[in-house]
Amino acid sequence: MTEAFRDRIDIALTVNGEPVEARVPAGRHLIDFLRLDLGLTGAHASCEHGVCGACTIRVDGESVRGCLMLAAQADGADVWTVEGLSDTGAVRDLQQAFVERNALQCGFCTPGMLVAAEELLSRGTVPSRTEIREHLSGNYCRCTGYEAIVDAVEGVAIARAGKGAA
Amino acid sequence: MNIPFGNPDRPNSYIGKTVPRPNAGRLVEGRGRYVDDITLPRMTHVVFVRSPHAHARITGIDAAEALKAKGVLRVFTGADLARVCTPWVAVLAHLKGLKSPPQHAIAVDRATWVGEPVAAVVATSRAAAEDGAALVEVGYKLLPAVTDMRSALDDATPVLHDEMGENLAFRRLHEEGDVEAAMASAHKVVSARFRTARHTGVTPEPRSILADWNPAEGQLTVWHATQAPHMMQTVFAKHLDLPEGRVRVICTDVGGSYGIKVHVYPDEVAAVAIAKVMGRPVKFVADRLESFTTDIHARDHEIEARIAVDADGRILAFDVDDWTAIGAYSVYPRTSAIEGNQVVNLCGGPYDFAHYRARTSVVFQNKTPTCQYRAVGHPIAVAVTEGLVDMAAAELGMDPVEIRRRNLFPDDAYPVTSPAKMRFEGLSHHASLDKLIALMDYDALRADQAEARKRGIHRGIGIASFIELTNPSPFMYGIGGARISAQDGCTVRMDPDGSVVALSGVTEQGQGTEAMLSQIVAEGVGVTPDKVRVITGDTQVTPYGGGTWASRGAGIGGEAALQSALALKDSILEVAGAMLQAPKDALDIRAGQVVDSATGEPRMPLEELGRIVYFRGDTLPKGLPRELVQTRHFITSDYPFAFTNGVQASYLEVDTETGMVTLLKHWCVEDCGRIINPQLVDEQIRGGIVQGLGGALFEEIHYDADGQLLNGSMADYLVPMAAEMPDMVIGHVETPTKESLLGAKGAGEAGTAGAPAAVMNAINDALRPFGAQVTEMPFTPERILRALGKIDD
Amino acid sequence: MKASVGGYARATDLRHALDLLARSGGMGRVLAGGQSLVAAMNMRLSTGDLLVDITRIDGLRGATLNGDRLRIGALTRHAEVGRDPLIATHAPLLGQAVGHIAHAAIRNRGTIGGALAHADPAAEFPACVLALGGTIHIEGPEGAREVAAEDFFIDVFETAIEEGEILTAISLPVAAAGERQVIRETARRSGDYALAGLCLVRRPSGHRVAVFSAGPRPILAKGAAAALDEGKLDDAVAALQDELDPPSDTQASAAYRRHLAGVLLRRAVADIEGETA
Repeated sequence: MTEAFRDRIDIALTVNGEPVEARVPAGRHLIDFLRLDLGLTGAHASCEHGVCGACTIRVDGESVRGCLMLAAQADGADVWTVEGLSDTGAVRDLQQAFVERNALQCGFCTPGMLVAAEELLSRGTVPSRTEIREHLSGNYCRCTGYEAIVDAVEGVAIARAGKGAA
Repeated sequence: MNIPFGNPDRPNSYIGKTVPRPNAGRLVEGRGRYVDDITLPRMTHVVFVRSPHAHARITGIDAAEALKAKGVLRVFTGADLARVCTPWVAVLAHLKGLKSPPQHAIAVDRATWVGEPVAAVVATSRAAAEDGAALVEVGYKLLPAVTDMRSALDDATPVLHDEMGENLAFRRLHEEGDVEAAMASAHKVVSARFRTARHTGVTPEPRSILADWNPAEGQLTVWHATQAPHMMQTVFAKHLDLPEGRVRVICTDVGGSYGIKVHVYPDEVAAVAIAKVMGRPVKFVADRLESFTTDIHARDHEIEARIAVDADGRILAFDVDDWTAIGAYSVYPRTSAIEGNQVVNLCGGPYDFAHYRARTSVVFQNKTPTCQYRAVGHPIAVAVTEGLVDMAAAELGMDPVEIRRRNLFPDDAYPVTSPAKMRFEGLSHHASLDKLIALMDYDALRADQAEARKRGIHRGIGIASFIELTNPSPFMYGIGGARISAQDGCTVRMDPDGSVVALSGVTEQGQGTEAMLSQIVAEGVGVTPDKVRVITGDTQVTPYGGGTWASRGAGIGGEAALQSALALKDSILEVAGAMLQAPKDALDIRAGQVVDSATGEPRMPLEELGRIVYFRGDTLPKGLPRELVQTRHFITSDYPFAFTNGVQASYLEVDTETGMVTLLKHWCVEDCGRIINPQLVDEQIRGGIVQGLGGALFEEIHYDADGQLLNGSMADYLVPMAAEMPDMVIGHVETPTKESLLGAKGAGEAGTAGAPAAVMNAINDALRPFGAQVTEMPFTPERILRALGKIDD
Repeated sequence: MKASVGGYARATDLRHALDLLARSGGMGRVLAGGQSLVAAMNMRLSTGDLLVDITRIDGLRGATLNGDRLRIGALTRHAEVGRDPLIATHAPLLGQAVGHIAHAAIRNRGTIGGALAHADPAAEFPACVLALGGTIHIEGPEGAREVAAEDFFIDVFETAIEEGEILTAISLPVAAAGERQVIRETARRSGDYALAGLCLVRRPSGHRVAVFSAGPRPILAKGAAAALDEGKLDDAVAALQDELDPPSDTQASAAYRRHLAGVLLRRAVADIEGETA
């Protein structure tokens, strides 16, 4: 290896609004960095090849697969996980809707599902059930059969639209 | 002997109501605690070197390079672990003739499927252990692989385990009446060949275990993503030669189980054995490829079956020949013969007919072992039964609903014993079918189908009635010699502040066990559900129980909770009676208050009673029992199983040019007896349906002829995702079991049991004008087009 | 599994990136959106790579119009392709294709240049660029060069990019007046790789048909296009069958994929006629 390439990378970023500086292995993906190095175990590593969506987090305002982005690439990024989104109350209505509608069972997919759903809701429109299903089609849930999740997201979209109109 | 829970105005009426799950708020905030979230001091990680061959002799293992790798601590072979961990044999005495060879935690001299562990590398991180595993050199001498099910017993096929003498693991033939005579005299005999693909559970959380052996205390603590902590306690104690009382299994949050996490896996036992050898915590979390090659598979069946009907559409006979291949070993301790056995037990289940013959042949092969997975055997039996019933109806020119009405056991027939010798205490097939027809507006749907067909759009309606086995007694496993508990216990305790703690042997896998128990205990004691804390999943803390499987949590665990809650209430009222100078019978507990039972007038809050009992016991009469803690255990004894029933319907559209199926809507009416929490039951059924829809349309493990698994990733093994799934309408009929005060039966597997058959029948309904039919699951676009004769090779 | 990476370096500009690749001793891999590369590394299909992260390089992102050519920077993400008004106007096929590519979170990171360089024969963008007659812009130690899309895709995951080179942009002829572009595919589930897919472009100069998931690379079906030019749809479907070389795998056989391509061609033609009508 030439000296230009490093197997430990220094990064500085913000995670859930707090500054973080770290030195990470070159191959470490972002979800392992969050879970193993920062103790943010809310989002999960499940398939580690970008298919299941359990590791979905928010990076620079967009949903991202935490297993398909290297921690090294997150230098300078603004990263949010379910822990931070809970602390700020940013998705409280969505979380309450999930609980009320029982839109989670084992809960393993839920942190990723919430980030994906919030991205759709943040567009500010009321999506159709088909659009909700399509937007969540990259987030695997084996327990619920999805209908309760679609109900919860739809309900929040309608409620937010109502508030916006009021 | 049920308690009537029907009056919604009764005091403390929590059973039958939707109340929120106590653990859901934690999970939506990412505060779950799954095994992989736990980190212990000095923790190590184990990664397994796995066989790349379906069948090979291990000629040597060279770990020298691996041991030099950064972070690698130890490498273990099968022989190393065999010194500290005894092998197991998965047979049950009541499954006569079932055989399987001893299985080790790590293969000792022969690998028998792609993915079987052959060595273990322990390192300071998962990544380092993977680096080390890549450097372990294993020598293999290839052996012929047995991969085809139907030729496994042929003379020309090599025997997989020499000591077994043959590749047959188990065979059972059940005969009732005279099938041949019935077939000979029938108006119509319809036969078909069905195939159900090899599935696996794809739990979102992979199998996970963290074992910590503390030699100073002589105590093993295992954090385990499992459905059966007490069973695993027994297994670890037995095979690692530890006193059972010194093994503690803790089951925190579990990220999906569906039957996958109720079995003994060699790599998990190896991780625990390694922890005992090294005296350091060892974590094993399967990665997704390991999940596909080592989580149990299921449902790999081929069935030839016939139905005989008379001219009025009355079913005369079923004749079923089922074949299944279970991989290289029967899986411990439940065995891999149960699924085939269930097919024999369940075919024809909803129907009143006389002549029945069913045989299952269970063979070994060099593939991942199969075992019990959500709705064990049911989707197969229901597909065979309901597929044949629809084919018979078509042959007779009869409506599929009508043929069912003519054959389902009448709702007033019970108790009844089926031709398969299953005993039904009370079912509601006709009431359920009537409700389904009303919910789906069957006639309107038929009209829509006809109208669409005029436009060249091919829609189909499929119906599937089913029975489901729940609340198993020891007749399922215990009588065969397995230490799998059919009973379950609950301890309910009142603390000084009047709050209640319930400790239960059944576990939470997300289905809502804790919510269901909190409702039952709240109603039983007389407090609000938020005053009840439920604790599950710790063998050192909870009463001994079987855990969560075979839809037993509510029916067995719930009944133990109810009985212990009622006993606690009795204890509280005895103390209250002494304090209030009132007869016990004149008092009740409502919403946390001791009240006058006739008027409801509050007499004393429970926290006041708690204060006196715990801090001023001197003021109570000497000799007054003051144990505000009660334990009850429950086991079913009148019936081996509490059968439930239900019926599903699918409405879908087939694109006859591409073969693609679009699910339009799905209905299910189900009778699980007493419903404790309607929302949780509905969502269990919806989730189960979608798991069944996966089997019908997407899920299939592929192997090549050499036993190589071809689709070991989530990009290639297709599970149901949100975009393709339909909305589902769920309805209920309630026929409580009389075996318990609660009257609850299971609900967790009904959706999975019936959905594939409903879809198959709907597709075939759509294809009928073309004279085409599919019976091989999953119903891929290609299989549908081939049935339509649209593909030429 | 966990990726086993040899090293990582973040390129500050294109020259730096090329220099890093030159110094990597053949182990260099260009890392852009990472949606295929990181997945492959996590499965240890590739180990020891020296990663050259090009995502911070300025000027490789976004679409620009240069006369009758639309240029799209390699680092333009799928989601950006989907919402870019220039692309919607001048190469609507690409915008349509975005809806078929994986899922939202993947589209937020994946780049069009990465998709082309990865050259998955089941991917949408390579077939789109082929159907549109695009040009691939490549930068190397010796300078810039251009490769026509028809010459760019060689085999499964294999392109005309030589070692040490970086794909920097694509350029496309802007859609002519009255031009129609449509993509059709059949996938088992939303976002899955297509069992077969087809791009159809109808220009004043004639039809172009590109099929994906039907061979070792996206296939330009010239025979089918010629038949369409003559208004002979049945002949086009027949010609298409001969032009494809589809794989058989666990999802579908070659015969099924051939059949499907024919169905998709008929439907794509119907789409265009429907639009025009």
